[in-house]
Amino acid sequence: MTSRKTVLVLGGSSDIGRAAARAFAKAGYDVGLAGRDAAALEPDAVDLHARYNVEASTWTFDVLDTASFDGFVAGLPVLPDVVVSIIGLLGVQQNAESDLAHATTIMRSNYEGPSLILGLFAEKFLARGHGTIVGVSSVAGDRGRASNYVYGSAKAGFSAFLSGLRARASRGGVHVVTVKPGFVRTKMTEGMKLIGPLTVDAPVVSDAILNAVEKKTDVVYVSGKWRLVMLIIKTLPEAVFKKLKF
Amino acid sequence: MTLVSGWGRFPVVDSEVLRPRSFEAVGAAVADVSGSVARGNGRAYGDAAIGAVRTIAMTGFDRVRSFDPATGRIRLEAGVLLSDLIDTFGPRGFLPFVVPGTRFVSVGGAIAADVHGKNHHGEGGFGRYVDSILLRTGQGETIEVSREQNSDAFFATVGGMGLTGIILEATMRLRPVETGWIRERVISASDLDAAMRALEASDSATYSVAWIDCVARGRDLGRSLIYLGEHASADELAEGADRFPIGKNPGLAVPLDLPSMTLNRYTIRAFNELYYRMGARRAGGDHVVSLYPYFFPLDSLSDWNRIYGRRGFLQHQCVIPEQGARAVLGDILDRVSKRGDASFLAVLKKLGHGDGLLSFPLPGYTLALDFPVKGDILNFLDEIDRLVVAAGGRLYLAKDARQSRATFEAGYPALPRFKAIRKSLDPAGNIRSKLSQRLFDEV
Repeated sequence: MTSRKTVLVLGGSSDIGRAAARAFAKAGYDVGLAGRDAAALEPDAVDLHARYNVEASTWTFDVLDTASFDGFVAGLPVLPDVVVSIIGLLGVQQNAESDLAHATTIMRSNYEGPSLILGLFAEKFLARGHGTIVGVSSVAGDRGRASNYVYGSAKAGFSAFLSGLRARASRGGVHVVTVKPGFVRTKMTEGMKLIGPLTVDAPVVSDAILNAVEKKTDVVYVSGKWRLVMLIIKTLPEAVFKKLKF
Repeated sequence: MTLVSGWGRFPVVDSEVLRPRSFEAVGAAVADVSGSVARGNGRAYGDAAIGAVRTIAMTGFDRVRSFDPATGRIRLEAGVLLSDLIDTFGPRGFLPFVVPGTRFVSVGGAIAADVHGKNHHGEGGFGRYVDSILLRTGQGETIEVSREQNSDAFFATVGGMGLTGIILEATMRLRPVETGWIRERVISASDLDAAMRALEASDSATYSVAWIDCVARGRDLGRSLIYLGEHASADELAEGADRFPIGKNPGLAVPLDLPSMTLNRYTIRAFNELYYRMGARRAGGDHVVSLYPYFFPLDSLSDWNRIYGRRGFLQHQCVIPEQGARAVLGDILDRVSKRGDASFLAVLKKLGHGDGLLSFPLPGYTLALDFPVKGDILNFLDEIDRLVVAAGGRLYLAKDARQSRATFEAGYPALPRFKAIRKSLDPAGNIRSKLSQRLFDEV
């Protein structure tokens, strides 16, 4: 056993998850990578050990299988110092409008699952008296848009959950970070038209996450430009907003 | 299809870009179409990393597979960038043995171009420190190639411009270093003779390179600043300095394509005058500098290729065998300075033997020049090529976008052997780039 700090990354196979794992490992954390297919995470665990000489482990975790959450948390050999949820599913808005199963999967992947698992960790952290919880939400949750409101509304729910959890947990020494990345060049956004100056690469997000954990920031817009963009979008009157195309 | 170009932004051509997420997917991408080539970080200047039909983007494969901190031996995926290697393993006391003028190249690309650095005269090229390569051939096999195993394929792959297959992984040796700092000495040379004498006299220096003012004319022709370098030991660092400097990501960016008139003989001349004088003032004693500005002076300005405007630029990098190099280099520089529109700074350095069948280096002098794409530049470069060929020289494929088949064939006598090995690895010809189509695929 080492006396190093530990981080658990939920959604470890995503581009942001891999980048986050590297950022924490570089800062000296031992890393747990959790995803649906633990075997597929093995090469990333090997990479973290080879690069940064930290311990890295892999865990099976399915965000839709909420019944498994208690067992998953109980099965961890150590309660991590930091848990980061990078889980999300963009889905296809047009399909979600008529396909209830698809809409349900988007809602559960972005709101129900991440909220429940982070809530569970929060209880354990509060009992212990310290810990940091990071939820990667989205600027899409700041206001529902015609083009992606199924995803956006789930992210809005997640952001609200994190905000409430933060208010409660901070009194018990537990810190909660909400991260709103904006456009990121990843597998999830491949092939989409992204606005260049508003788009960042995954390592920019992971550096922002690590920085927020270390500086105890509450809400992080990864690119400062997004804070302004969303401020404008949030304050548009509904009568104007509903006529806009985006 | 997507419009794709190299770092020089010329030519711009159509190719389907695929980003496979597993080696199986790489295999499938190569198998189902004829005309694919791998692309790393897109720093090859011309058409080397653009598939004839399909381009396989490899930067997602960036995992380290194993590292031995006792020996510096490392196994990694081909998409790892040298910048990543330096930032990750530098603080642990290891650097790549060979780095080119930018750190933003992938390991796979560095092997495929057998890139050279400022130490080629003494320590050889990138491929010399590669022990083995995992290669996905056009035929669909995944094979390990090394000096002992499939050695023909190994020496065709080092410097083979990605044309023997897709480089998936490599095992290589890193250089143990005490610090991330370089002890630098600047020598000013008032003309070409002095520059060549200075490089000749610096054969025992680990690193050496000359920046030539290629608009200087007359008796100033070839005036240069020669930068020598050695790895600094820990006790040479200033009090309180970190053993390993932080590599900043490029902060300054060129925000847009500059109008092509920004670069003209007057602005270039003024810049070079200033650069030469400032350098000459630093000449003489040793001083310790971070490895980043020493090895990668241009990396601090991201997107610097946009300086040349929308139409892009051509880099002409030749190597001339040592015998008779002085006369040919003088002739080339004279023609370039009379044109007056070449790059601010040209690079001159000595090279040693290359390792791969198509590796660029040969013992002699290499000169690299940038030219904006405009006017009669293609004809002018053909003229320069004739001088290079007559002197027994060749052009660097990683920089090339326009040489003729005849120039290429004259410069690379091992081509028939390379072609035979390639044929045995890929009888159907699945691996083809725009460069191979241009220079040697029988169509």
